Parts: sequence; C-alpha cells; structure tokens
Amino acid sequence: MSVPLQGSDAASAAAREIACDVLVIGGGPAGCWAALEAASTGAKVVLVDKGYCGSSGATASAGTQIWYVPPDPAEREAAMASREAMGGYLSERSWMVPVLDKTFESVNRLAEWGYPFPRNDNDEQQRISVQGPEYMRLLRRRVKNAGITILDHHPATQLLSLEGRVVGASGLRRQAGGHWLVKAGAVVLAAGGCAFMSKALGCDVLTGDGYLMGAEVGAELSGMEFSSAYAISPAFASITKTALYRFAQFYRKDHSLIEGAGSARGRSIIARTLLSEPVFARLDLAGTDEVKAILRRAQPNFFVPFDRRGINPFTEFFEVKLRLEGTVRGTGGLRLTGLDCSTTVPGLYAAGDSATREPICGGFTGGGSHNAAWAIATGAFAGAAAAAYSLQRVSATDFGPACIALSDTKGIDPAEIIKAVQDEVFPLDINYFRTHSVLLASLKRLDALWENVGRATALNGDHSLKLRQAQAMLATARFMYRAALSRTETRGMHRREDYPRQDPTQHHRLILSGLDHIAVRQEAVDPGVYKEAAE
Amino acid sequence: MIEVLDTDTCTDCNLCVQVCPTNVFQVQPEGPPLIQRQDACQTCFTCELYCPVDALYVEPDAEAVHGLTVEGVRESQLFGSYRKAIGWHKDTRHRRLIDDHFRLPQ
Repeated sequence: MSVPLQGSDAASAAAREIACDVLVIGGGPAGCWAALEAASTGAKVVLVDKGYCGSSGATASAGTQIWYVPPDPAEREAAMASREAMGGYLSERSWMVPVLDKTFESVNRLAEWGYPFPRNDNDEQQRISVQGPEYMRLLRRRVKNAGITILDHHPATQLLSLEGRVVGASGLRRQAGGHWLVKAGAVVLAAGGCAFMSKALGCDVLTGDGYLMGAEVGAELSGMEFSSAYAISPAFASITKTALYRFAQFYRKDHSLIEGAGSARGRSIIARTLLSEPVFARLDLAGTDEVKAILRRAQPNFFVPFDRRGINPFTEFFEVKLRLEGTVRGTGGLRLTGLDCSTTVPGLYAAGDSATREPICGGFTGGGSHNAAWAIATGAFAGAAAAAYSLQRVSATDFGPACIALSDTKGIDPAEIIKAVQDEVFPLDINYFRTHSVLLASLKRLDALWENVGRATALNGDHSLKLRQAQAMLATARFMYRAALSRTETRGMHRREDYPRQDPTQHHRLILSGLDHIAVRQEAVDPGVYKEAAE
Repeated sequence: MIEVLDTDTCTDCNLCVQVCPTNVFQVQPEGPPLIQRQDACQTCFTCELYCPVDALYVEPDAEAVHGLTVEGVRESQLFGSYRKAIGWHKDTRHRRLIDDHFRLPQ
C-alpha cells in the first residue's frame, strides 16, 4: 500500500514535511553507518527512529562481537570458510570479501573516533567486540556532528511511492503528536529484524516494520525460513546473551545433567527437553576465578539480573528459557539485488537486519558477530548508493503537496493480534521443530488473521502505531512459514523434523513477494548474479 | 521492568523520556516524569544508564511487576549499579576499557 500523494478528504491529516536527499529509517548501527556514508557525499540526510537513535535496537542494550578480521590472506580465508557449512552453503565469497573489507575499515574508524577498545598485554587495541551503549552513543554523536537531522520517536509507518519509485516515507510523531512526512530522493530501510516482542534484550522495537513497508511497495524477501533463532535467557529476565552459556551445563529439576545440552550444537537438546520439562543452567565450566572475572568484564549486562536477585550463576542453578529472536539472529530479510544494497524497488535500499544476511551467513548466524559486520558494511554500501541515486536525479523530491489519507477501522485490538501471532511463532513445537502439517495449520490461521486485519488502519496515533507493529509481525510470521513450508529439507537453522537431511537439489534461495498472496520462487546461489558496488 | 523512580533525587531533566526506546515515560507539566506505560518496558536498562543522578531502577523480570520501593532499592544499594559496572559513572570511568572478550578462553 502506498500513500496517495494528492486528494484530501475529511480523514486526511496534515503532516510536518521535510525534503531531503536520503531518508534513513532506523537508528541502530546499520542506519547510523548508512546516514554517515550518505552525508559524507554531500547529501542532505534525515534519520528517523521509532525510539531513540542511540538506544534503539538489539545492539544498543546488548553489545556485540564483530566479524573483524585483518586483511591477512590466511586469516580471511579461515574466517570465510568457518561458517559456510553451518550456513548450508548459501553464502557467497563475492559478498564476504567486501563486507570484511568495509567492516575492517569502519571499525578502525571507530578507534580513530575514540571508541575505548581494550588493550592486550602488548598494549595492542583489541577490536573484536563493542559494548552496546558505548558504541551507539558514539555513533549518535558522529551522526549528529555530521549535520544529519535525527528525528527520535518518529516511527515510520509507510513508504511513499511514485511511478514505481520510492520517494520518501511517512509516519507518526509519537511524542510530539501528529504525523511526519519526509520526501526523499532515496530511502534506506534499516529498521531491524523481527523478534515478535519476545522481550529478547532490546528487541521489542524490532517488529518487522521494514519487511512490511518493503513488501507493500513490491520489494522481495529472501531467506525468511531462517527465522527460528532462539536465545537462552534466565527464565526470570530479559538478558538474551548466549555467548557465556558455553561455560554452562544444563540440568533437570532434580539437578541431573542433561547430556549433550549446550549453547551451540546442543541447543536443540535444550529445546527438546523444554517441550516436556523445565531446564536449569549453571556456569560451572568457568573453572577458575580468573575465568569468572573475565566473563564479568566481557559482558557486564549478563550479570545484571543475577546480581539484582542475589544469585551466583557460577554455583547456583537457575531456570532458563528460550526466547525467540526470529530474524534478528536469523538471516532472512529484504532481498538485495547487488552490492549497492538496492532492493527490487528503485529508490529503496536495505541494510542491517532489514536485509537478508544470507550473502555472508547463509542460513545460520550463530552469534552477533556476522550481523554486526553486516550492519556496518551494508549500512555504508546502502548509504553511499542511496546518496548517488538521489543526487543524480533532478528535483527528485519535486512532487505536489502530500497528505496522508487514513480511514479508521473500529474494534481491532492490536494486543490481541500480537498475542495471536506470538502463539504461532513462540512455541518450539511449531517454529523450532518444524513439520509440514503443523506449519500449514499455523499459516492458515495467520492468513485468516491477515484477511481480517492486514489492511486495517487507525486514526489515533498510539493505537495506529500498535496496529502497524502488529500487522508487521503478522506479515513477518506469514513470510516465515510460507518459506519454511517451501523448503522441504533441513538446512542452516531451518530444521524440518519430516525432512531431517540437507537436500542437494535445494541448494537455492527462496524468494518471496506479495502480501495478500505470497508468491515463492527459487534463486540459484551464483556469485555471478551480483553487480559491482556503485561506489 | 522499570519499577522505581526516586522522586527525591530526580532533577526533572526528562532524559529518560527521550532515551527510552519504547516510550515508557511521560513528561509532566511540572515535576518528575511518570512511568506511564510500564507494560511497554522491554527491560533493556537504558534509562538507568542515562539517568545522571541514578534515580531509576529496573527489575530484571520483563514479564511481571514485583512491587519494589525506593527504600528497598536504596537499602540494597542497587541504584546506579549497572551504570557503574559499564564505566558510565565518573568514579568508574576506567571500566569503559575492560571489555575482556578477547581474553575469553576459546
């Protein structure tokens, strides 16, 4: 659905309007890097965030390791080879090379800007990890100092399209009231993935808004079957930091050890056990006091819930659960047509978790490291390409006065939609252990719900935002299960109980398009299909 | 969830209103902001990090309210504890440099 650009009726609301060259939607790492890169070419850039650029998104509160690999041929080769099998061989070296190059360059810039990287015993900075609050505070400062207009609490709700091109977006001013409308020569979607409001750390703002807005203007998606990422967290807390659980063992209620359960390859054993009984953990593999101290210094946020509850996670058992991280730690998203991060719609670019990460991860990410590199690199690629696209156009934003036509749909409770979607995507026996019959039944319920509420709109600002988020989650769930049904094999994180093996004849990507009817097609994984970067 | 706002120490700067990614706080015409949309809190602890006077406290449970009080949190000396842990308090600045990820045993 695109917003009509002329005509008005009683339901139209006047909007605060801004014109610019590049509009960036989303103020996490991908959005910030995109905005910085676009502004460095001289483009006028506006960045909108649903929350606050600097605290929004998975990175800001969680922190992340970064796929930062020096340009040493052997190290690079090892880095690229290490994940190819886990990802089901759906990644491509033609993407990994430029992503590694750009990440290395950009993280080095972070150091120049004063990011407080720690030093090893030889006084050399270690740049493989960033603390979220620190990293995003620095990026916000850089964005602000680059003259970029930051609009916090300005959720985007719709892309504007004109003659098949994306020419801006509109949304709500959540704190100031009313609407906003930005006319832009090009738009970068960096709105994050979708974790279905599972309370995974920092992820409640990640409701798949970019997928919905992209699909509405005709963009394709890819890899949405790789969306069954669950993080381990204490049952009583939101801290979905999984890395330290490799120092944990997992237990039943009677404290008997669950053999083979672990945070990496043994996670399915945890999931399987959780189907019938609670699971407890204890970080008893962190043997020495020195290791325990390292863990604390590496991830201070991991320990916050334990310290607040007076629990010693190294010696005491605590109950754990698996929280859905969906496509945030999955790999699906908008399909990119080339290294410039363009989507299939002219004027629309995608970066970070809004875009499919298959090009570097295939069907499995495993941790934040690749996603962080992806956000940095695709942010920069998309920002540069969007600026170039916008600046080569004469009066790209020269269209008539716009108004937002809205109709009100009464009697729809967004909270009910969200609950209904969560009931389909949270359960491990639907989403983690996938089978044809269960997925199909779930998708039918989701499709029926979409028919009822997919096109509903609301006038009231707060209600309208909640409804939009609910619709985006609903659309995301439908993309996930449509793709999951079409991949009749087990590959990457996509686990089909009825097809437990990888099938060599399905070594392809699954591309989705459409909303009311979702079409699926296959795309060969061929390094030759990607065009060179625009820069 | 965010449970406690210490109105005695709050300076009404409203920075928490600005930085909360899920818009939990509400500016008031006068005095401290209100925890207006507690159920929207995602338990990310950001507000605590940005509060310059350590007047906020987030309980780790993202799904239930535990009825904490200002007095209880103060007695447990938990106000500002996370801000100190990551080196955002002026007395703990050295902690900004202690990210030991590279030392984790492989």
